Amino acid sequence: MTSFFQTLGMSYEAAWFTATIAGILLIALPLMLAVALIIYAERKLWAAFALRRGPNVVGPFGVLQSFADGLKVFLQETIIPSASNRGLFLIAPIITFTVALMAWAVIPFADGVVLSNINVGLLYILAISSLGVYGVVIAGWASNSKYPFYSAMRAAAQMISYEVSIGFILICIVLWAGTFNVGGIVEGQRGHIFGFINAYAFNPLLFPIAIMFLISSMAETARAPFDLTEAESELVAGYQTEYSSMAFALFWLGEYANVLLMCALNAILFWGGYLPPVDWAPLYAVPGIIWFLAKILLMFFVFAWVKATVPRYRYDQLMRLGWKIFLPISLFWVFLVSGYLMFTGHFA
Amino acid sequence: MIQLVSFYIFASIVIASAAMVIFARNPVHSVLWLIVAFFNAAGLMVLIGAEFIAMLLVIVYVGAVAVLFLFVVMMLDIDFAELRAGFVKNVPLGLLLAVVLAPELVLGIGAYQAGAVTLGTPEAGAATVSAAVPNIEAIGGLLYSKYVFMFETAGLILLVAMVGAIVLTHRKSHGTRGQSISSQVQRRPEDATRNVNQPVGQGIEL
Repeated sequence: MTSFFQTLGMSYEAAWFTATIAGILLIALPLMLAVALIIYAERKLWAAFALRRGPNVVGPFGVLQSFADGLKVFLQETIIPSASNRGLFLIAPIITFTVALMAWAVIPFADGVVLSNINVGLLYILAISSLGVYGVVIAGWASNSKYPFYSAMRAAAQMISYEVSIGFILICIVLWAGTFNVGGIVEGQRGHIFGFINAYAFNPLLFPIAIMFLISSMAETARAPFDLTEAESELVAGYQTEYSSMAFALFWLGEYANVLLMCALNAILFWGGYLPPVDWAPLYAVPGIIWFLAKILLMFFVFAWVKATVPRYRYDQLMRLGWKIFLPISLFWVFLVSGYLMFTGHFA
Repeated sequence: MIQLVSFYIFASIVIASAAMVIFARNPVHSVLWLIVAFFNAAGLMVLIGAEFIAMLLVIVYVGAVAVLFLFVVMMLDIDFAELRAGFVKNVPLGLLLAVVLAPELVLGIGAYQAGAVTLGTPEAGAATVSAAVPNIEAIGGLLYSKYVFMFETAGLILLVAMVGAIVLTHRKSHGTRGQSISSQVQRRPEDATRNVNQPVGQGIEL
């Protein structure tokens, strides 16, 4: 895109700057629209799982429901509790929202279509997703209220626990792909199985960690069955209890942007990202971004399915799963994968 | 141009937030300023081309260490009056520290202006890496070949520290009943429920 702006007669630096700003808007604005639609889609899915109708009043089939909700929230009064820490109370939802958008910078939407093609892309995603906890923790503390504080403590412990196993799972993938570059990882899956299936997930050695990554990503985004940070039967609404109006909406948007990011990560790391499922020439006629979006939506369906059907974990069960089951298994898998690659001379 | 502007932005935010760490009244605010400082230091590292170190700084310090800091500091019961009383008591100690640190600072600046120290290695000469190799590969290449013993030693020290921390904090708790997870998992509806066809007017044996 930089070269396009250069043809308009800008200097390289000005062109690069404009191209980056344009790229950010091109990612962030459709993402916001996608979040609004995905919330509608998820409500429809839950309704279908529960044999209900779901939103069906606003617009055709209720498609505009999220926008109506957004307008309602926008017109509400922002209430700041007098005992809260005012500055931090307002910053917390902004942090959650911003961090949820930041990680999309290194996601390749099609071959070469990526805002920032950096060598440490996967580490960048890991770094940014570890920042997500601050929004929740700060919100819980700044509210100066019991339930949000409990929620903040839970969120901090939960996200740290699952980041460890996510880190080890990513190491397995990086070992196999031989690069930290996200686009490189996708390309590494081209014809991975028998030379024509484009996905790591069908590799028998990587399939178990694909499942573990799916579960860990649900825990990392604090979604059901791991939504202990906002378990309404115990904590009212968790860290969001004291929030109203747009501040609340920002949490909501950030949460769903994070969920979409995790779906995208699942698609990229294990299901071939923007590549078609099978390495067969006619399938490449469909643009890569269509395959990528289809895979994201499929992962999102799994997320919604799990949320609609699986009961919530108890807190000690969550911690046990993270530290006593996922951590040893993923650590062992790093050993297993690197051993296999060493044995078969992959590193030669 | 962009590099220069971003350098001055990052650098001034690092210094300003580091100052705020000290001046902030509330310890939680201090930790948050510290996080801002870490984050902008990572930005500086990106500017000098050490993107791997920058990401590690964010993952390790911002993502893990600072979260635990925040975790602990948030649970403190802060009494501001007591904090101020402590200030008067600790002034002599602080002054002593300042007296020790000031000459070191002067010495450091002087030594820096006199030129860098050339660090010797057993094989003579520092290891060189070509700029074209990506950060991670360059660091990995050095860590696992030339500095492998130091790397292993660092790992061993960390292991010992971890075992030490567990030994210090792990206590056998008396009088508490732990959960048996396997028995919870193996529990089936038949173990806990019973179908009865109870005649009207009779009590039930529980």
